[in-house]
Amino acid sequence: MVKRNFAWPLVAAGLFLACVGFVVMHVALADDNPNAFNRLLKPVSERNAPPESDGIHDPAADGTLMLQSPKEAFESLPRSRSGNYVDWNAAIDQKLIAPRSDIHNPEATAIVLDLNIVRQVKGSMPDVVYPHKQHTQWLDCANCHPAIFIPMKGANQISMAGILLGEKCGVCHGKVAFPLYDCARCHSKPK
Amino acid sequence: MKNRLSTFTCVMIVGITAIAINALPDRAKAEYGDVVINEYSDDAGMRPVVFPHWFHRIRFRCKVCHGDLGFAFDAGGNDIDMVKIIDGQYCGACHDGDVAWSIENCELCHSGQPNTPTQVHHSTVQQLLNNMQDAAQDDEGDE
Repeated sequence: MVKRNFAWPLVAAGLFLACVGFVVMHVALADDNPNAFNRLLKPVSERNAPPESDGIHDPAADGTLMLQSPKEAFESLPRSRSGNYVDWNAAIDQKLIAPRSDIHNPEATAIVLDLNIVRQVKGSMPDVVYPHKQHTQWLDCANCHPAIFIPMKGANQISMAGILLGEKCGVCHGKVAFPLYDCARCHSKPK
Repeated sequence: MKNRLSTFTCVMIVGITAIAINALPDRAKAEYGDVVINEYSDDAGMRPVVFPHWFHRIRFRCKVCHGDLGFAFDAGGNDIDMVKIIDGQYCGACHDGDVAWSIENCELCHSGQPNTPTQVHHSTVQQLLNNMQDAAQDDEGDE
């Protein structure tokens, strides 16, 4: 009898702790709380996750543990608000990274063309300024011309519907270059 | 004393299970631009390949692979296999033990979760397709 009396408060305390833990975890992880702040937004702490917990690498593979964590690589690079959360062009301009233009020759330099193309857009969005400069730092003319963009003024029909489906700018933007919800980086010239 | 221990053990087991379930990996955490290539891997009994764009663009400009090496801008559209890589094409142009580590490090590339289909992570096209497929499945369920 004495033993039982001794055990019940412990069970109760254990259950209470389990409940508190459950509630705290779910509020913190915003799984169930309908009024949680930023309910569907990926928490900042989960950005640039290491390979073993990024959901696509197999943590059971030995190789996974040898791979670099993006966080480690991005620590010294300028930040942006989308994609990898790295401002890749600023990283080149500030000489924080020096990606090669040639497999074998680290001295080879990119052939940069400094030419802005302004595209007037329908509707109320600001016009698009397309900078050749930032693009030619990464790409050759032949990557885009003539297969994706015909190099002639007025020859290219571009629409956001097509871009969202991976055509024209959407061949890279929305996949690896900065994402399509970063509207103002292209639509940057007020009417 | 035994009761105390078993109660404590039960509470611990419940707690740890709850934590483990909540900590299960979520594909949404994959890095922007990470490409899973699983054209032949699963069938060959290997884990799918995960290609990290971010790691490579720190070291090479886009044109090196997407121009000089002939990679099309199309995940899964390049028909890459190990014979071509050993022959020095595609990944094999650098992963030759000279420019980058060589191909006997199988697991450094073949490190993806088995049965993951070819895809680009956080790709807008992929998300739109997923939404359309979900909607189509919902419609089928309604009928």
